[in-house]
Amino acid sequence: MALSSWKELPIGTIITKPGSAREFKTGDWRSQRPIWDPEKCIHCLICFIYCPDSSIKVNSEGKMTGIDLDYCKGCGICEEECPKQAIHMEIEKR
Amino acid sequence: MEKIFEVRWHGRGGQGAKTAAILFGDAAMSTGKYLQAFPEYGPERMGAPVQAFNRLSDSKITLHCGVKEPDVVVVLDPTLLESQPVTKGLKSDGTIIINTLLESKELRKKLNLATQKVFTINASGISRDTLGRELPNTPMLGALAKVTEIIGLEDLIAYTKKKLVKKFRGKGSGVIEGNLESIKRAYNSVRGG
Amino acid sequence: MPIRALTGNEAMAEAMRQINPDVVAAYPITPATEIVQLFASFVADGLVDTEFVPVESEHSAIAACTGAAAAGARVMTSTASQGLALMHEILYIAAGLRAPIVICEVNRSMSSPINIHCDHSDTMGSREAGWIQIFAEDAQDAYDLTIQAIRISEEVLLPVIVSTDAFIISHSMQRVDILEDNEVQKFIGPHKSPYSLFEKTITIGPLDLQDYFFEHKRQQIDAMWKSPQIIEKVAKEFATKFGRTYGFLEQYRMEGAEQVIIACGSTCGTARVAIDTLREKGIKVGLLNLRVMRPFPHAKLLELLKSFKLVSILDRSVTMSTMGGPVYVELRSALYDAPERPLLVDYIYGLGGRDIDVEQIMDVALKGEQIIKKNKVEKPVDYIGLRE
Ligand code: SF4
Ligand code: SF4
Repeated sequence: MALSSWKELPIGTIITKPGSAREFKTGDWRSQRPIWDPEKCIHCLICFIYCPDSSIKVNSEGKMTGIDLDYCKGCGICEEECPKQAIHMEIEKR
Repeated sequence: MEKIFEVRWHGRGGQGAKTAAILFGDAAMSTGKYLQAFPEYGPERMGAPVQAFNRLSDSKITLHCGVKEPDVVVVLDPTLLESQPVTKGLKSDGTIIINTLLESKELRKKLNLATQKVFTINASGISRDTLGRELPNTPMLGALAKVTEIIGLEDLIAYTKKKLVKKFRGKGSGVIEGNLESIKRAYNSVRGG
Repeated sequence: MPIRALTGNEAMAEAMRQINPDVVAAYPITPATEIVQLFASFVADGLVDTEFVPVESEHSAIAACTGAAAAGARVMTSTASQGLALMHEILYIAAGLRAPIVICEVNRSMSSPINIHCDHSDTMGSREAGWIQIFAEDAQDAYDLTIQAIRISEEVLLPVIVSTDAFIISHSMQRVDILEDNEVQKFIGPHKSPYSLFEKTITIGPLDLQDYFFEHKRQQIDAMWKSPQIIEKVAKEFATKFGRTYGFLEQYRMEGAEQVIIACGSTCGTARVAIDTLREKGIKVGLLNLRVMRPFPHAKLLELLKSFKLVSILDRSVTMSTMGGPVYVELRSALYDAPERPLLVDYIYGLGGRDIDVEQIMDVALKGEQIIKKNKVEKPVDYIGLRE
């Protein structure tokens, strides 16, 4: 994406498009990847509360449905906090 | 350049030198004059010697320095004659008005004034009578108006009344009347030359 | 037009009352206390519709003002000296966010040593924060320029500091011509803001790194470049409507002069009397009142001053560069491109409120005569009224 010149930018350091942070994918910072085991998961959503990057996907019924790898930074907190060992970390292969 | 008329007020913190300068300047403006009224800038402490100043002119005053050679000096407190250089810079044809029980002749000698006019007024006595306490500023305002002829008694009374009513926001009618009476009495009893 | 006897502080507070800003967040400080105090009483008496935010420090005051301005409100505050210094961090933020805010400032020295009197160290110390800076000569200027500042600020989208000299103007009662409330309202018009939090979803003040920060700064510089036109336009409109003329630089008796004295603030008034007296004596000297310090009117100064033999600068603050005061340093730089330049001498004066009188200013011109005769400046930076 070409960056705007100073003449094109809106003044006052404002961002006029809402939700632009969504375009910034932090998933590529990851060196470890969380693997979720739906068999063991009891949908307590503890991982959802602890995830610092809001990367635990939850559906409208309140059930965990997986991990959003676009934003997951691989910190491993979910693995640590899950009471059922339903998440484990693996080395990210790129 | 129009002539600028300068007044220096000597008082003690709490005696109302600044208020008097403001009232005088304000009243003079009502006669169409340009004015300045400002205190000697500094921390205000009860009883400490303080000064306030006026400048009056028929055209805009742009001078913003201190007053060094006043046309008139007004002394609100007789004890200041001992401790303050009240005659400093007073023009040779200038005037000094002093709140005192002494006669102007005695004061002329005491202050070593040859060419200047010396006026006296018992402003403390007047304010004790009219306000029940020592507030010599409004009587001195009356005396100053009389001596300088910058504003007539009736105009001064009317104008000061308006200002005091505003200041006290409708309260203290006794104080207002007392102050106006002070002005009147001082206007009529200041003497010297 | 009503005529009133007002101190500089009262004149500024009166302007604020008539402007009737949406938000005032302020913390009182000598010698600007009365501005805040009077305004608080206008709020208490229901004379304004302003949301008044009494805060616990100047830092909070300007922070609240910046937030309110970003939300789309018309915002004002008042401070002096250490108060302005405490605002320093947020001054940059307000300017960067292009928040239109007007500060009624009273020029007071910076501690230490502690002192409450006039010099220009406080405002001059903020001159790179991105604010337009206007120096008022007297209470009338303070009143008129505060009203104009609202328009300037909202059209340029930069915040503005209008300042008076501590005590000399802030506490001196003078005759001031006041406009009617509706005239002021008509002049300033409805509030304009660059954006509003309430119109659509926007993000204000995000982290701005190597990819965009520079561009945003360049925009601020651009706004400063464009501001002179707007300052002049507003001044012209004010003059047409109300008959009092302002602008960047006011020339006083410069025609036929050989030398010019340049100053900011109340000293210009005293200097006028000095110039009149000197002119009567046949000394060819004029005065230039530098009313706007930011943006610095370098092109105009170059045009105006290049043909004089000598310019004496009266600086009421110092830069610690050892090159003299800020006006001198910047003027010297502005004249660099002139094929023929006047000689320049800087006089530092009036620090911590030391009085400057007519004779001292006359002395500057008399010394100037000697310098012109010798065609040589021996002491580029000198002092007035200092015990050597
Ligand atoms: S913490 Fe473990 S068990 Fe609970 S929702 Fe997350 S993955 Fe499932
Ligand atoms: S690894 Fe960290 S960032 Fe990724 S889902 Fe688990 S808690 Fe969230």
